[in-house]
Amino acid sequence: MKILVCISKVPDTTSKINFVDNDTKFDENGVQYVVNPYDEWYALVRALELVEAQGGSVTTITVGTSADDPTIRKALAIGANDAVRIDAEPVDSFFVSKQIANYALKENFDIVMTGKETINYNGAQIGAMVSELLDMPFVSLASKLDVVSNVATLERDVQAGIEVVEVEFPFVVSASKGMAEQRIPNMRGIMAARTKPLNIIPADDQKPLTSVLKFELPSPKTGCKYLDPESMDELVELLHNESKVI
Amino acid sequence: MSVLVFVELKNKLSKAAKEAITYGKNLGSVTVITYGNAPDNVLSEMGEYGAEKIWVYRSLNEANDQVLCNFIVKAAKKTDAEFIVLSQDQTGKAVGPRVAAKIEAGHVSGAISLPENSDEFTVKTNVYSGKAIAYVTVHSKIKVISILPNSIQPVENKVDSSISNFEEDLGLGRIKIKDLKPLGEGIPLPEAELVVSAGRGLKGPENWGIVEDLAKSLGATTACSRPVADIGWRPHHEHVGQTGVAIRPNLYIAAGISGAIQHLAGVNGSKVIVVINTDPEAPFFKAADYGVIGDAFEVLPKLTTAINNFKSSQV
Ligand SMILES: Cc1cc2nc3c(=O)[nH]c(=O)nc-3n(C[C@H](O)[C@H](O)[C@H](O)COP(=O)(O)OP(=O)(O)OC[C@H]3O[C@@H](n4cnc5c(N)ncnc54)[C@H](O)[C@@H]3O)c2cc1C
Repeated sequence: MKILVCISKVPDTTSKINFVDNDTKFDENGVQYVVNPYDEWYALVRALELVEAQGGSVTTITVGTSADDPTIRKALAIGANDAVRIDAEPVDSFFVSKQIANYALKENFDIVMTGKETINYNGAQIGAMVSELLDMPFVSLASKLDVVSNVATLERDVQAGIEVVEVEFPFVVSASKGMAEQRIPNMRGIMAARTKPLNIIPADDQKPLTSVLKFELPSPKTGCKYLDPESMDELVELLHNESKVI
Repeated sequence: MSVLVFVELKNKLSKAAKEAITYGKNLGSVTVITYGNAPDNVLSEMGEYGAEKIWVYRSLNEANDQVLCNFIVKAAKKTDAEFIVLSQDQTGKAVGPRVAAKIEAGHVSGAISLPENSDEFTVKTNVYSGKAIAYVTVHSKIKVISILPNSIQPVENKVDSSISNFEEDLGLGRIKIKDLKPLGEGIPLPEAELVVSAGRGLKGPENWGIVEDLAKSLGATTACSRPVADIGWRPHHEHVGQTGVAIRPNLYIAAGISGAIQHLAGVNGSKVIVVINTDPEAPFFKAADYGVIGDAFEVLPKLTTAINNFKSSQV
């Protein structure tokens, strides 16, 4: 089984979010980067479990610059066999998807995995775009993935509940909570990661279709109005008359 | 300007559908496409929100991403649509970016506003899990816009509308749907306007009765913090926050939740936040509109009683 896992770096979840250059750029000052939790905890770990049980290989792919290498090494330390980095700024989701699809087209992967979204752009776009560019079915928001020979059974989130679906290789899947449990890399993994292959490939030309004009922070709360636990009628009256939400 | 709006219908016009049609109506003249066997009164109700043409693919009954993608793309070609609008719900997440990639159109994921008044097409989206807002500009001629639930107020705007059938070869879906485990009756979290949420302060799953009672009185959906879902006190789909569901209800009531940055990230789009916590130093109070320093085991039942009294005084 050949699995490709798309991973990207995101600011640690405790990061303070600020912007510089007239609010056009994320302020990286003092920010620690981690592998996007959905990519790491669920997609990557489930890919490793499948390959450990049934044989095969796990390759990670990232569209990014050398600033991504530490998080790529982390994925290798957790257990991926090798990594690919398409050497470019990830300018928009179509650009990124196109790079990933162009690489995957040459490699015959059985499963292409992404996290359900990144926690910085929350776009949930890459899996669906890559699947279209590869002409593969896309199982989105999957919380369970099992494989028997070349058929996968998955559970995924749909409006009406949890849907159980079946799909043949090859396909694209986006992983959400429940698919696997986070793994902490051990010392051996970290040592091994240093010598595992990280192939850096030049990007193909592709004009971005979208761009971010500027960022803005949400307006802060004006302050909390405290109520006595005994005055819940007053709270209800405020919710009704002052903030008009009930 | 021709606008194509894709909606999913059951036996009721969902809020998500009203939001998408309202959004489309603001951009131009709207053709709505949908599938399945929704009754005619539900279809014609879309005219109340501005749908001029309504095309239904009646023999299509399940959501298969490649088939729906072909459906939307074919309808967009027929209507010469400049805008394709859909909801950023589970189906939208599977299909919206796929449509955009197929026709090489720019895609806005999770729009929370109508376009800004400017030469280029620019709309706002939530980024950094709600910790910031981005102004996204789309450069392609055709634009695909997935709108975040609860961001656009549905507005009635009646037009004359016509309903017709749509039949075309859309190819075969390659995902076989085997089973559905339904969620139950309530309003799903991403669409809920009122949410009651609780955390580790509730001490154990056996204590959730008081949370559910309040939710029932309000007609709210229940949610929880991450550790509560992780230890199995509550189902995973209730987990809100940066690594759970991101929500933007009108009212978010949080009891026994400390307000960690990762929790706040997923809920600070709520219009009004009420925090109930024994600890006056709990960080959540900084993000709250109303705070009650007190024991959830006492405050929640009192609040439920107050809501019940209020509701009975309203009729
Ligand atoms: C990478 C990462 C991602 C994360 N993602 C999320 C996420 O998406 N969502 C999320 O929720 N968390 C997330 N977390 C976890 C987060 O950091 C917090 O640990 C978590 O939100 C705390 O949950 P809690 O508030 O229920 O519990 P606690 O922090 O233990 O807080 C319990 C609160 O209850 C109060 N309390 C106790 N007894 C009572 C009582 N009788 N009445 C009223 N109040 C009482 C206490 O004062 C306290 O404030 C994430 C963490 C990491 C590292």
